[in-house]
Parts: sequence; structure tokens; C-alpha cells
Amino acid sequence: MISVKNLCKSFGDFTAVDDLSFEVKPGDIVGFLGPNGAGKSTTMKMLTGFLTPTSGHVRVNGRRMSKNATVLQRDIGYLPEGAPAYAEMTTFQFLNFIADIRGLNKREKRERLKEVIEQVELYDVLDKTIDTLSKGFRRRVGLAQAIIHNPQILILDEPTDGLDPNQKQHVRKLIKNLSKDKIVIISTHILEEVSAVCNRVIIIADGAMQFDGTPLQLQQQSRYYQAVTLKLSYAADITGLLEIPGVKDMQVDKETGEVTLFPEQGKYILGPITEHVHHYRLPIDRLHVDEGRLDDVFVHITSHGSHK
Amino acid sequence: MNAVFLITRREFAAFFATPIAYVFIAIFLMLSGIFTFFMGELYERGQADLQPFFNFHPWLYLFLVPAIAMRGWAEERRSGTIELLMTLPVTVTQTVLGKFFAAWLVLLLALALTFPIWLTVNYLGHPDNGIVLAAYIGSWLMAGAFLAISLCMSALTKNQVIAFVLAIVVCFLFVVSGSDIVLDAFTQWAGNATVDTIASFSFLERFSAMAKGVLALNDFIYFMLVIGLWLYACQIIVEQKKAA
Repeated sequence: MISVKNLCKSFGDFTAVDDLSFEVKPGDIVGFLGPNGAGKSTTMKMLTGFLTPTSGHVRVNGRRMSKNATVLQRDIGYLPEGAPAYAEMTTFQFLNFIADIRGLNKREKRERLKEVIEQVELYDVLDKTIDTLSKGFRRRVGLAQAIIHNPQILILDEPTDGLDPNQKQHVRKLIKNLSKDKIVIISTHILEEVSAVCNRVIIIADGAMQFDGTPLQLQQQSRYYQAVTLKLSYAADITGLLEIPGVKDMQVDKETGEVTLFPEQGKYILGPITEHVHHYRLPIDRLHVDEGRLDDVFVHITSHGSHK
Repeated sequence: MNAVFLITRREFAAFFATPIAYVFIAIFLMLSGIFTFFMGELYERGQADLQPFFNFHPWLYLFLVPAIAMRGWAEERRSGTIELLMTLPVTVTQTVLGKFFAAWLVLLLALALTFPIWLTVNYLGHPDNGIVLAAYIGSWLMAGAFLAISLCMSALTKNQVIAFVLAIVVCFLFVVSGSDIVLDAFTQWAGNATVDTIASFSFLERFSAMAKGVLALNDFIYFMLVIGLWLYACQIIVEQKKAA
């Protein structure tokens, strides 16, 4: 378990992380979101013991990171921002070095190397030096390095950055498939990734916590959550739609002729709307229910924070 | 202790994966040859010893050791791999030692490869090989002191050029601290004890005895202390930069 309490980090006058507190339990896959420069990477650097907090502390399994870094780091796998690796080594040499320094014995090492190389698909580049690898492969080498010792805690700073859509999906699946009792924290600015992989979302802006909840709760904050959009074949009388119980607001897009109906908080309006449509024989081409627009929520939450 | 070995092995291999070690050793051998035969006049002296060879070592090290060490921490910081290294379960002390031993071994290899000069002298006459061995050990020790200083300077910056220049300046101060260049600045106002202390820091003075084959305990301890203290300083710098 990771517990973070009143964590602050400043570089000179600049406060990168401002009084952050949260707990992460085994089984949590946390998506760490925020605009660029929000303090995501700085926080992760403190979680892994690379940076020392200005005040507050990070505890892993009840022990303070700043006092027991070397011991606690055994259980942590970390992919730093930009996936740094020793450029002059080959992929295999590099992974071998990390496995050695992580203290894997010969048998474990062979097994894990084989497994990880397969999981991350590195066969083709095993004997290439890392500085000749493409961005995507470099990121995958970084990922392989982070999971080679099968760590209890996995902290990944933008693991899918620079990967093509296939690889992205592959990495997401990989993260999801890691055993259920692990702690995974990934930072990203791709919102779809969060609903695809994570079961918890933490949003920070200007170094301070803005949101902590499930992806569903995040979606529910959207005005569009469970909103119903209709596309009419031709202009028809739609004034009646606003009177349907549970409908709070209506918005008409003049260009496309789409009508969006927003529900009142916590109401589901699809049923009453279809009834209404049937009853008045409205000419409907298309109808869909929105699951909430994360971009909107993200902008709302993070810009709200910067007004402080 | 295992971690120190693993890091040493990685760093040592890194020197040879890039041309650094080859270039360093080639230039070291060339320059030491030139100095010994042309400037030191090994043949003309008509003595079967290696003094002309060893006498130039402080000056060779002054430029070559900072060159091999400048990369040590600066590159690690620039490429971001320091973040990887510091989040592996190893202590800062272990990495500092590992990096030092790797480069020190490269220096040992460079020194060992000067054996043709030793063979030449043995072919031409009958030198005292005990003295030669003592001088080799002394030279390696001194190289270690240069190296510890240079690595410490490398930890200060992410720019290799700055690391190189800083290392040369500090090493130069240690080389010449026994000569008038430095001492004149102190004799005017400082007491004799101070001046003597500063003079005793001089690599040149201490090594001149070693080059003659006198491996005195206090010189030995002096170089070990210099190595230890600068590596300790290096560790503190690396840890401080972590907090900043």
C-alpha cells in the first residue's frame, strides 16, 4: 500500500506539488491525469524515491520512502518519463543488467527475461543497441525493464507515449493483465486510456488534487452523461421533448440538425424519450446515448483549479 | 557489494562499447611514448630506469583523466538514466564506487599496456624491477586521485565540457600546489605551517618520490585519502542534487 500525506515539492520559488494526500491499495490501477506541468512526473519521482519531498512524506507498506528507499525500491518497478536507458547497451544486455541488479538468480532471470521479452515483443531488437531503436521500441524496453522483477508496485510515467495504436492497445492489455493484487499507477494525458485501463482516476492541476474517484464518477460529472442525441430526417415539432419528465435542457445544432437532450442529475431519459418519439411519430434517423465526454470534464476540472 | 561489482562491470563494458576506452588508451600510449623518448630522453640518459617515463605521468593524467571521467555523471544526468539508476535498489555509495572502479580499471589497463617500455629497458640494461613496480603502483594510485576529483566535478553538472574544464582546474591546483605558483600567494601572509600544509597537498612532490620507487606509507595514505574524500564529496553532491 502506498500512502501519500501532505506531499509538497518546490524548486526554488516554484511549487510543483502542493499538499497532495492520497492512498493507493493493492488492486488499484490508478490513472494519474493532469495538464502538462501539473506535477505528475514530480509526484511519481517522489513516489519512487528519486526526489526527496520538500515536506510531507510517502509511505510504502507503512515505511517511509525517504528513510528506506533502497529496501522499498525492490518492490517497485518504474518507467521514468521518456524511458531513459543506457544508449550504448543492446536491449538484451540492458535487461540482463537490470535483472542482475534487481537480484534475480540465474533461473529466475532466464524465466523472467523470456517472459518479459515475449510480453513486450522485443525479440527483433534484442541485439540492437538502444540508441538505434525507434521511440516505440525504446518505450517498450523501458516497460520491460520496469516489470522484469514482477514488482508489487508499478509506476509508469506515460507508458504509451510514442506508440502506435496497435502497440498502445497491447500495452494497455498488458497492464490490465498484471495480477490483480498489484498497485499500478500510470500517468497519461490520453483520457480514453483511463477508462480503458484504470479503475481509479486522480486528476491534479497546479500540483494540487482536483479529483479522485472512479472513471465512471468522472464521466458522471459530464453534462453529457446519459444525454440523448437525436437526428431528425426533416424539421419537425420538437418543442414537446422539453416537457418529458427528467429532461433538463435541450440543445439544437443548427448545422447538423441534431438535437441533444440533457437529463436531470441521476435520471435516465432514454425510455421516456423513445416513448415520446413513438407517440408523436417523430422522423428519427439516429439516436444515441452519450457516456459522458471526458475532455469536457477534464477541461472543466483542471481550468477550475488554475483559477485559485 | 554485489551491486558495486555489477555497476563496475556495466560501466567498464560501456567504456569499450563506445570508442572512449580505445581512444583513451591509444592516446595515452602515444603520448607517454613521445614524452619518454623525446622529452625525457630515455636513451640519451644512459641509465636503465623508467624515471623519464613516470615523471610525465602527472601531466598526462591532468588532461586525460578528466577526459575519461567527464562523462561519468554528466551523461547520466543529461540522458535521464540517473533517474533509472537511483530508483534501482542500489545505494548512492555503491554507484559512486562502481563508476570509480570501472574507470580506474581502464586506467590500470592503459598503464599495463605501456609494458613495451619496461621490456625495452630490461633489454638494454638491468633496471631494478622492484622500483619499477613501485612506481607503477604509485602512478596508478595518483591516477585514482585524479579520477576521484574528476568524477566529483562530473557530478556537479550535466554538461560534459564544463565537467572537463572544472576537473582540469581542480586537478591542476593539486598538481602544482607545491610549486611557487601557488605557494607565492600564501607566503606573504600565512604562517609556515599553513604553507607547508598546502605544499604537502602537491601530487607532484609526492609522486616524484614514488617515481623513484619510494612507496612511502604516508604518500600511499595521502592518495587513498584524496580518493576517499573526493568520492565522499561526489556522493554528497549526487544526493544533494536528488533533493533539489
